[in-house]
Amino acid sequence: MRYSVDENGYYGQFGGAYIPEMLYPNVEELRENYLSIIGDSAFKAEFDKLLKDYVGRPTPLYFANRLSEKYGAKIYLKREDLCHTGAHKVNNTIGQIILAKKLGKQKIIAETGAGQHGVATATVCALMGMECIVYMGEIDMQRQKPNVERMRILGAEVVPAKSGSKTLKDATNEAMRHWISNPVDTHYIIGSVVGPHPYPDMVARFQSVISEEMKWQLNEEEGTEYPHYVIACVGGGSNAAGAFYHYLDEEKVNLVAVEAAGKGVDSGESAATSYLGKPGVLHGSKTLLMQTADGQVVEPYSISAGLDYPGIGPMHAHLFDTGRVKFENATDEEAMEAGVELSKLEGIIPAIESAHALAALKKMSFDASDIVVINLSGRGDKDLETYIKWGKY
Amino acid sequence: METMTTNRINEVFQNKKNVLSVYYTAGFPELNNTLAIAQNLEVAGADIIEIGMPFSDPVADGPTIQESNKKALENGMSIQLLFEQLKEVRQSVSIPIILMGYINPVLQFGIDAFCEKCEEVGVDGLILPDLPMAEYLALYKDKFDDHGIKNVFLITPQTSENRVREIDQNTDGFIYMVSSASTTGARGSFSEEQISYFERIKKMDLKNPTLIGFGISNNDTYEQACTYSSGAIIGSAFINCIDSSGIEKEIINQFVKDIKG
Repeated sequence: MRYSVDENGYYGQFGGAYIPEMLYPNVEELRENYLSIIGDSAFKAEFDKLLKDYVGRPTPLYFANRLSEKYGAKIYLKREDLCHTGAHKVNNTIGQIILAKKLGKQKIIAETGAGQHGVATATVCALMGMECIVYMGEIDMQRQKPNVERMRILGAEVVPAKSGSKTLKDATNEAMRHWISNPVDTHYIIGSVVGPHPYPDMVARFQSVISEEMKWQLNEEEGTEYPHYVIACVGGGSNAAGAFYHYLDEEKVNLVAVEAAGKGVDSGESAATSYLGKPGVLHGSKTLLMQTADGQVVEPYSISAGLDYPGIGPMHAHLFDTGRVKFENATDEEAMEAGVELSKLEGIIPAIESAHALAALKKMSFDASDIVVINLSGRGDKDLETYIKWGKY
Repeated sequence: METMTTNRINEVFQNKKNVLSVYYTAGFPELNNTLAIAQNLEVAGADIIEIGMPFSDPVADGPTIQESNKKALENGMSIQLLFEQLKEVRQSVSIPIILMGYINPVLQFGIDAFCEKCEEVGVDGLILPDLPMAEYLALYKDKFDDHGIKNVFLITPQTSENRVREIDQNTDGFIYMVSSASTTGARGSFSEEQISYFERIKKMDLKNPTLIGFGISNNDTYEQACTYSSGAIIGSAFINCIDSSGIEKEIINQFVKDIKG
């Protein structure tokens, strides 16, 4: 596997575990155990059963008739929005909560941007009867209120991150600080393919169920496992990692990652990391990072709370570096338009994050026979207020 | 594996007991305070100074140092400017100077250029909490060694005996003993659990001296730390002091006197 993590936790020049000594025992415990735990048949059985009966997997691979007509290709939507809790995030939290139990942890912490990962974490904590604290940027708490309330109903404590830009990056800082101060009984459920090794690899493996299902579902529909394109949005990149995973070594499948351009890649208010970033270290790994010449992290911006992260996962940084994945971006405006378009054409209101992936359709040209799979990572219920404010529908 | 260059850090531990190392953030409270604070600390009796290179996302630090980092960046501090400020430092300051910060700004400055500058201005050591030993040994150690820079490793109550031994083998400056599972910050006293950790490490009879940091805020905690190690590191309490009272000679004198007793 050319694009897999190596034994030191690197994807090419990216990855590693740049963590303070205070976190070393926790991360090392995880690194030493994760492969044997998740490779164990009892783990697999529990994970698969919960994905089936609790999450509602497999999620449908839906042929979007009117969308296909409009863009002149065979467009399928991988319906991660139909997962319990409304997004793909729960695939990973189910995996990590079982893992945390096997490691003997009693408490769970998490960070969240749009709130989808926070809700997915609060959900699995309720399911397993574990204490849950979710860090969320103060600004994100305001713009994703329904998710804050959901987490509270589920029994989680939501702690506002008040430092920096008061968004996802700062929620991650606060969660790391909490973990530093509570190293023995607490597991940190990171929600994306970011953080120190083994998190990026572990989260990608849990999310890889997405492309695993795509393969047999496409085979049923089209008689081939291989689409011409797989398109997914990228903030940290967990849904994209899951959608690309089983296609990484199949070079005939074009993989497209769509980043949030915010108000435009050169506007100073953007989260298009592959375009704006340079190699750097944040939150435990070396990756592409938006930063000043002096190495200070630049505050990202996007209308979608789930994409305004100043980095991308190290696996994605490597995929960008090697050219295996083509990186596109979509502005707030383009994403919102694409979200409304899908609502009207297919009766599906997508999360604004996922709408970024849909926005790429306008920038690409297809042959009528091209099979395109878009990973519809989440549903738009949580974004209604943003859609309403935008108003153009 | 180990370097034998004797520098100011080694000398301090050869010649002094109850070493007091004081941390402050470059560019805080005012942009151009760096040199004056260093001079005042030496005169006041500090044995080592640790100068923080501010970073936007200091995850190992508590609220006090985080806030000082933020203020310093707003003031316009950068590594480039810090080296400018430190050009004169060796004319008036002879105690060891350690730069402390996070790896990303150092990487952006360029490891080679950074090491050269450190040597040029007389920096003796580095503390980069998010640069773990494996990365250090694989990627950076040779460069640090070439420029006579001691890399200071952290250990915590959770660090295994084997790893403490490994760290001891791979450095020859001192070991930074983080007093508890926590981020930085001033606390009033040590718990029994912390004391037994200090005793455990003392009994290991390491080749390197240790300094206890995180939670040192007064003469009591300093004295206690000195019982179990070669001395103590104080950060947040000093940042609070200069933030509220200023950086004048008398204030810093009094602060160091209060700590040392």
